[in-house]
Amino acid sequence: MPDRPERVLGKATRDAYGETLAQLGRENPRIVALDADLSKSTKSVVFGKAHPERFINVGIQEANMVGVAAGLATTGLIPFASSFATFLMSKAFDQMRMAVANPGLNVKLVGSHAGVSIGEDGASQMGVEDLALACALPRFTVLVPADARAAAALTRVAAEHVGPVFLRTGRAKAAEIYPEGTAFRVGGSVTHHLGRDVNILACGLMVFEALEAAALARAEGIDAGVVDLYSLKPVDADAIVAAAAASGRLVVAEEHLRHGGLGSIVAQVLAERHPARVVAVDLGDRYAESGTPEAVLEAYGMTSARVLEAIRKAAAV
Amino acid sequence: MPAHATLPVDALRELAPRIRADALRMIAAANSGHPGGSLSAVEILLTLYKGVLRHDPANSEWDGRDRFILSKGHACPALYAVLADCGYFGRDLLPTFRRFGSPLQGHPELGKLAGVEASTGSLGQGLSIGLGMALGHRIRGVDARVYVLMGDGEINEGQVWEAALSAAHLKVDRLTAIVDINRIQLDGFTSDILELEPLADKWRSFGWEVVDLDGHDLDALAGAFDRMRSVAGRPQVILARTTKGKGVSFMEDNPEFHGAPPSAGELARALVELGVADA
Repeated sequence: MPDRPERVLGKATRDAYGETLAQLGRENPRIVALDADLSKSTKSVVFGKAHPERFINVGIQEANMVGVAAGLATTGLIPFASSFATFLMSKAFDQMRMAVANPGLNVKLVGSHAGVSIGEDGASQMGVEDLALACALPRFTVLVPADARAAAALTRVAAEHVGPVFLRTGRAKAAEIYPEGTAFRVGGSVTHHLGRDVNILACGLMVFEALEAAALARAEGIDAGVVDLYSLKPVDADAIVAAAAASGRLVVAEEHLRHGGLGSIVAQVLAERHPARVVAVDLGDRYAESGTPEAVLEAYGMTSARVLEAIRKAAAV
Repeated sequence: MPAHATLPVDALRELAPRIRADALRMIAAANSGHPGGSLSAVEILLTLYKGVLRHDPANSEWDGRDRFILSKGHACPALYAVLADCGYFGRDLLPTFRRFGSPLQGHPELGKLAGVEASTGSLGQGLSIGLGMALGHRIRGVDARVYVLMGDGEINEGQVWEAALSAAHLKVDRLTAIVDINRIQLDGFTSDILELEPLADKWRSFGWEVVDLDGHDLDALAGAFDRMRSVAGRPQVILARTTKGKGVSFMEDNPEFHGAPPSAGELARALVELGVADA
């Protein structure tokens, strides 16, 4: 049984994305990148500096950027278009719908600054509906890395996958979870430990919180496990069912609003295949506010302490 | 290089009423569709497909082809009629327009029908996609041009002006936009809904080469496309002044025929006026 994980902050997932994208650009001349004037924040700037002839900054024009990316894809190139998750999904949703999803073009969309962990900038910059929107699009693959190594691997997975992909990255340094060489794939998941009492299904930053909370729960005598569902779409339904079958009671933890994110996806799988009690840890049905990342994460329950409470609640049923 | 038919202007003049008739028959058979904006775009489409575009209907995905995007996707009856005439698919498909299971979707969809280069119908998206294609050609060193046909109502959409700004900034010169200025949108005349003029000044101020012409004048259209090919360092736009419902008296300048099909009687009268009445 795994010990309580040590909280060692690694790179932010956005940094891992930018560095990997630049490396992919060296390996594959068909990879191009676009940004809408946020390249220093999304980290697509790393690609831009390495491959200026294949980097297009369209200005603050998310809708145009996604349309341009679609056009680039029709010429055989593999465009990665980056912006903040909220601007990308909200401002360019119709372009993703008709220009990308409808024909199923090979466009990669990377949304950074997801969740409330950006802190000070406040609600307008926080991507908290992005997963619901991305998962709503037919033909889209939706990936949410939990740490820098997962982000690097999933950037590579996105490039190799043929078809539209939304990859979610974060601003904050992410606690290290995965060793070098961990395998990630479209439709995959990582089961860290399958608990007999409660299993936590999580994605993104909440995976580390879940690992820490599970260790604390085990110290209290609750056998809690964790599954990283980094592929929201297609989701690893078998892993969800296996977790439900092992413990009967689940916690879902995500840095996203209540409706349409991981919790909704898990509930749908369970309702169809293996009904089980779920306690949700999410951002609810409200917008967050400014503060230090630590203060905001605490205020909105994006902590191992809050996940531990949910585990206790689930275990008590 | 694949062959492409270049027809003289007088042959296009004879072909135009037949394309109009095909479009109206399709709309009447489907009992839905957009006659007005289909009829206004016929000369633009014919000039492109029969003289300007470097394309190969037998090899519709040829990498070096010029691309055409019908951004005003609701005018697809005219596009489908022209594509069928070029041989992209059989004319027998035309009557299946808008039927369940037909590749001739209510608005064009990429991947469903040979010759369709983008999924359009949600207005305002085509110019961005065309810009992406032109940038893709530039990055890959493909010597091809991109043409995007928009409606005047369509350019109400902000995304068009995003693309207009960025195409000029990026100095994309193998991109030619055409605006079918038929002066009518769904709810009425463009001048009543949202004033667009002075349109030439707007595009010029955005950094585009502008030609303003009669969009039914085949000689003028051919000359303008020819001239645009020699423009270097900036994108071009042809402001094509047209008549909505062109060629059918009771449809001309009539907002009622933006999106309403002709009745059987109206279709018969239209075909007589076009000089292509079915026996």
